[in-house]
Amino acid sequence: MNGKPLASIVSAGLSRFGKREGLYARELFAEAAKEAFDRCPKLDPKKNIDALYVGHMGESYEHQGHTGATMADWAGLLPVPATRTEAACASSGAALRTAICAVRSGLSDVVMVGGVEKMTHRVTADVTEYLAMASDYPFEQWHGMTFPGLYALMATAHMHQYGTTERHLAMISVKNHYHGNLNPKAHMQREISLETALNARLVAWPLKLYDCSLITDGASCLILTRPEVARRFTDTPVQIVGSGQASDTIGLYERKSFTSLAAAKMAAKKAYEMAGVKPEDIDVAEVHDCFTIAELMAYEDLGFCKPGQGGTLVEKGETKLGSRLPVNTSGGLKAKGHPVGATGTAQAYEVYLQLTGQAEKRQVKNAEIALTHNVGGSGATATVHIYRRE
Amino acid sequence: MSEQTPFTIEQFYKNISQGKLLGAKCLKCGKVHLPPRPLCSHCFSTDFEWTEIPADGKLLTYTIIHVAPTQFQSMAPYATGIIQLSDGSKLPGIIRGVPLDEIKVGMKLTVDFEACETGQSWPQWPRYYFKSPASGA
Repeated sequence: MNGKPLASIVSAGLSRFGKREGLYARELFAEAAKEAFDRCPKLDPKKNIDALYVGHMGESYEHQGHTGATMADWAGLLPVPATRTEAACASSGAALRTAICAVRSGLSDVVMVGGVEKMTHRVTADVTEYLAMASDYPFEQWHGMTFPGLYALMATAHMHQYGTTERHLAMISVKNHYHGNLNPKAHMQREISLETALNARLVAWPLKLYDCSLITDGASCLILTRPEVARRFTDTPVQIVGSGQASDTIGLYERKSFTSLAAAKMAAKKAYEMAGVKPEDIDVAEVHDCFTIAELMAYEDLGFCKPGQGGTLVEKGETKLGSRLPVNTSGGLKAKGHPVGATGTAQAYEVYLQLTGQAEKRQVKNAEIALTHNVGGSGATATVHIYRRE
Repeated sequence: MSEQTPFTIEQFYKNISQGKLLGAKCLKCGKVHLPPRPLCSHCFSTDFEWTEIPADGKLLTYTIIHVAPTQFQSMAPYATGIIQLSDGSKLPGIIRGVPLDEIKVGMKLTVDFEACETGQSWPQWPRYYFKSPASGA
């Protein structure tokens, strides 16, 4: 492969993220689809789109399964084949990978791929329980483990092994809130101070409120096609040049390391090899900051710095907008929000804006190569994709 | 342990209720699985024997849960962690009987079968806990 495009993005859409009272997941998905159609007037959705893949984690939120066909209907795409993918918080990263396979196989020419989750109408205790379903039931959930708890175990291990501090983690939160304040679709559009993050109430020590991503409603989508026909639909296609996905044990306790996600490292290695690029070639990245420690570990797993150096990278401010490698210009899961099923393709939406020069106040100058990193659960699934401006 | 007992999570918890921490040792490649599983993920064998796992270990990492799931809210804040038993196997669980500010990575802990409780509906698994070896039986 080595740099040859796997598929091209010809359009993308994102619902506003936040507390979307009175709306159902299908209505949020329609909002995202409408934007993708409007961005791409040369595309006739009914004539051109021949399949839908949609990431969605939980039936519990709306007492509603069978997401594929439902979203196809609400996006006006009936009767295309529609398939839901579920990989916890990496559900739409997995959908993206599947959509690429569909286009590469020749079975589909133009595919819509997206994700959706409606969460905020449920009380926090319910959401906590639903999210925990992405972890091991008989040994983790059964023994009082929570999702923040699993990442807290990783944070404690990272602090113990490398001297990472709560302050390093708080700095990631401050950065992502700064970025989120520049994103009109972000759930939380306000900056926070380092003191606010450090003095917030504990969720799962050492993680505090501002180390945790938001419970959010939202939907996202992309329209993908074979690279050789992309210019029929747009003058500014974005190529996907690398795709990696890997799996690991469902239980965190079964793994060799608690300071790194092996699945993320493996997915990144495959994506870099496929794309023929190195970590230092990346101009902008969206990484899976479900918790601040997850972003710090992502820096290391993706090769943005050496193992144990994530804290130093944050301290130097190198991942802030205007610096060498801006990470999570959208505000990330922390400030933009984390409607779990929607997150993977929402990350792709952000880098699509960046690579087509449409990211407005948060535009990274001359961005040519981008990366997205989407993690399911405590790391049993990871997907990494690499994109190039055509 | 009878050879007829299945190498399942259900059986693992039945063993726990009898105060036994047992793993499944693959008869082909020798890998010990804790918890047990019916297919060796290392060599694909389905032939196992039960092997006793030492109940003493050290704490690899931990957290203190403040925002707890509904059924654990009365316990919060509580500590949970992952211990490495002396044969190298790892197990997650709640740490009891140690003041929260005295918990440290690397401290010695042992599996506590004393306080096993069995639920009324599925799953009917007892819980084990981790305690300080100094706290006695």
